[in-house]
Amino acid sequence: MSEKDTGTGFMGWIDARFPLTKMYEEHLSRYYAPKNFNFWYFFGSLALFVLILQIVTGIFLTMHYKPDGDMAFSSVEYIMRDVDWGWLIRYLHSTGSSAFFIVVYLHMFRALIYGSYQKPRELIWIFGMFIFVALMAEAFMGYLLPWGQMSYWGAQVIISLFGAIPVVGDELTLWIRGDFVVSDATLNRFFALHVVAVPLVLLMLVVMHILALHEVGSNNPDGVEIKKNKDENGIPLDGIPFHPYYTVKDILGLVVFLILFSVVVFFMPEMGGYFLEHANFVPADQFKTPEHIAPVWYFTPYYAILRAIPDKLLGVIAMFSAIIVLFLLPWIDRGKVKSVRYRSTTFKLLVVILVISFLGLGYLGALPATETRTMFARLFSIGYFGFFLGLWWISKNETTKPVPARVQ
Amino acid sequence: MSDEVDNSRRRFLTAGTMVVGAVGTGAVAVPFLKSWSPSARAKTAGAPVQADISKLEPGQQIIVKWRGKPVWVVRRDQKALDTLPRIEDELRDPGSQQSIQPEYARNEYRSRKPEYLIIEGICTHLGCSPSYRPEITTDFQGGFFCPCHGSKFDFAGRVYAGVPAPTNLTVPPHFFISDSVILIGEDGVV
Repeated sequence: MSEKDTGTGFMGWIDARFPLTKMYEEHLSRYYAPKNFNFWYFFGSLALFVLILQIVTGIFLTMHYKPDGDMAFSSVEYIMRDVDWGWLIRYLHSTGSSAFFIVVYLHMFRALIYGSYQKPRELIWIFGMFIFVALMAEAFMGYLLPWGQMSYWGAQVIISLFGAIPVVGDELTLWIRGDFVVSDATLNRFFALHVVAVPLVLLMLVVMHILALHEVGSNNPDGVEIKKNKDENGIPLDGIPFHPYYTVKDILGLVVFLILFSVVVFFMPEMGGYFLEHANFVPADQFKTPEHIAPVWYFTPYYAILRAIPDKLLGVIAMFSAIIVLFLLPWIDRGKVKSVRYRSTTFKLLVVILVISFLGLGYLGALPATETRTMFARLFSIGYFGFFLGLWWISKNETTKPVPARVQ
Repeated sequence: MSDEVDNSRRRFLTAGTMVVGAVGTGAVAVPFLKSWSPSARAKTAGAPVQADISKLEPGQQIIVKWRGKPVWVVRRDQKALDTLPRIEDELRDPGSQQSIQPEYARNEYRSRKPEYLIIEGICTHLGCSPSYRPEITTDFQGGFFCPCHGSKFDFAGRVYAGVPAPTNLTVPPHFFISDSVILIGEDGVV
C-alpha cells in the first residue's frame, strides 16, 4: 500500500492526486471474493450491464422522441420506421427493460436462498430493495412514454392507486397527474423523471449497494464467512481476487446472456405481447379503455394481489405490503444459518411455496379475472405472504445441518 | 478572555442554524412541489362545456369531454328506468350516501330529469372508463361494466355490491340550458 504513495511515473502522478490505484485494488484486483461462486452469481454483474445498456440506448432514444401528447406516439413510430437503426435502439431498450427485471428477480432469489440478506449484509439488501423500487418507478414511467392505449390506461390505473389513501388521496392523484386525467402534463413530467431524476437515483443506489457489498465482502453458496479464515498476509484462504478471476467468469455469463438477449431483440421483440403489449400499438384514447388491460409481465404478481382483494383500500395496502415485506426480510428471518444447503426441509418447502405463488400470481395477473382465477390468486397471495410468516415462525428454532468451517 | 468553550451556547447556535436552514429548505421546496399542480391552462380547460342532446334517441349514449374526462349523457328508456328500483338490494350504496353527486342528483335516478343520466365515465375503483351495456339480460340488468377489474354499475351509475369499485360513479354539476342543450360543469341557477 505504502509503495503506491511514493509511486513514480504517470500512475504515481495520478495516485498522488486521485486514489485510482487504491480504488482499483479495493474493488477489483484485491477484492477477495469466495472461490465457490456458481451461476447464480452472474446476475449482479448482468444487472449492471443492463443498466448501462438502458442508459446508452435511452440517451439515443431521447434524441428522436417527443414528450408531447400529440406527438409522442408518432415519434416512436418515426424512430421505428425512419430513423436509421432506430428500430434496433428501441428494441434494445424495450427488451432491456424486461431483461432488467429477469436478472434482478434472479439476483434477488439468489440472495434469498443463500441468505445474503442476513447479518452483516442487511444494508446491502436494503439498498438493493431501494434499487428494485426505483427500477419499478423507472419502468412504470417509461411505459407511459410511447403513449399507446396500454401506456395511458396503465398509468391511469396505477396513479389512481394513490387515490385509495384516505383524506388526501384525490388531491394527491391530481397533483401527480397535473391534470384531471392523465394528459400531456403527466407525460411531460414522467419523461423528465424517467430520463433524469430516477436514473440519477438508481446510479447513486447502485454505488451504495456495491460499496456496502465490498465493505462486508460477498456471501457465497455455502453461507460461510471467508474472512474468518485468513492466511498470514490477511488474505482469505477461500478468496480469489475479483479481477481477473470473476471478471473473466462474468464475461462468460455476459456472452450467454447476450446470445439469449439477441434472440429476443431480433426475432421476438414483442415476446407474444408480454414485452410489448398489443394494445400499445394503438394511440392513447382517453375515452376508451381497452377490453383487457394488464400491466407488463414484471408487475403482474403485484397486480394479481391487488385484484384478489375485493376492496379498494385493502387491495392497495396488500399490494404495497408485498413489496414492503421484502424490505423486512433480514429481520423476519431469525435464523443463523444462511445457505439453503444447510437449512431445514421446512425452509426449502417454504421457498418452493414462494416460487409457485409468485409465478402463479404473475401468470394470473396477465389474464382477465374470472371467479376461478380470483380464487387461485387469493390462494397464491396467501402463499406469498405465508412464506414470510412461515419463515419468521420456523427460523427461531430451526433444525439445521452443521455448517462447515470453510467453503466446500 | 478565557479559551473555555461555552458548550451550551454553541449547541444553541448550532441548533438554531439548523432550524433556520431547515425552514429555508422547506420554503424553497414549495415552489417546486406546487409546480406539479394543474397549470392555469389545465384549469381553464376545465371550464364548463355544452352538449346538444336534441338528436339523442332513447337508449343512446353520447360522450362529452369535460376536464379531459369522458362524461356520458345517456337517454334512458322506460325499460331501463324500470330496472332501478328492482335491483336496489344488490347495490352497495343505493341511496348514494357515500357517493359524489350534486344535491339535485341524490335521488334514485341520480339526475335532474329521470330520462337523462349525466355522469362521469371514470370508474371509482382505479380510473378506467367502463363501457355502456344497455342490454338487459337475466345475468345483468343492464348499465355499465368496467373491463379492468369487473366493476358493475346500474343504469344510474350505482355500483353493485361485491365488486372492487367502492362508490357509485360521480355525477358532475350540470343543468339544462334548454330542452335540447345541457351545460356540464356548472350547477346553474337554483
